[in-house]
Amino acid sequence: MKIVTICGAGIGSSGVLKINAERALKALDLEATVVAADVSTVRTVAADAQIILTSQEFVEAIGKTNADVIVIVNLFDTSELAQKLEDALG
Amino acid sequence: MSLPPLPESAIEIGVGAKDWRAAVALSGEALARSGAAHPGYAHEMIRMIEDHGPYVVIAPGLALAHARPGPQVIANGLSIVTLKEPVRFGHAHNDPVRVVLGLAITEAGAHLAAVAAVANIFNDSSAIDQLAAATTPAEVQRIMGVTPE
Repeated sequence: MKIVTICGAGIGSSGVLKINAERALKALDLEATVVAADVSTVRTVAADAQIILTSQEFVEAIGKTNADVIVIVNLFDTSELAQKLEDALG
Repeated sequence: MSLPPLPESAIEIGVGAKDWRAAVALSGEALARSGAAHPGYAHEMIRMIEDHGPYVVIAPGLALAHARPGPQVIANGLSIVTLKEPVRFGHAHNDPVRVVLGLAITEAGAHLAAVAAVANIFNDSSAIDQLAAATTPAEVQRIMGVTPE
């Protein structure tokens, strides 16, 4: 499974999302590759992704995609991430 | 991997900022004082938010101000500015901001280790409250797990 985290610069918040998504996946005992990217590259990077994790601000720019787009509010809250990942994958 | 440097010169406690631009500018000035970035980096951080919105408010009360690696970045570094009065960035859930964490990164490939160290601190949901309440730079460094020089 591939998960892409999206932010404006491809560093910083998408990195925080990647790190904490990996922690949430570990807590759920799930395997996935998590890639951090900036919104301008989403079409290529997320072409084969099952899930895109991002902030509300990027949902429109991400546009139409086959991946599930999940909006995370508190990027440091691994329980929010785990809950939303579990809902999407369950 | 350890946290990017957070020297005392990059910490400012209880300052006034009239709006989010002023708050981000202060965080850029702190990075410039510590030698992590040129003064122009602050403008790049502000432009990220102008271009993409208030997504940098990544947790309740905390903004992660940053731009891309580039000529304005001198070295990896962090800054912390705590605000006397909270400032609204326009985020639907995480406003108002009390702590601005500034981040300068020299190369994108290396940023994840730095961000992982930041996440280690803020996975503890009390860290933002503790920073907002800190009264000295040394206290901020202690909360961030930095040994003062």
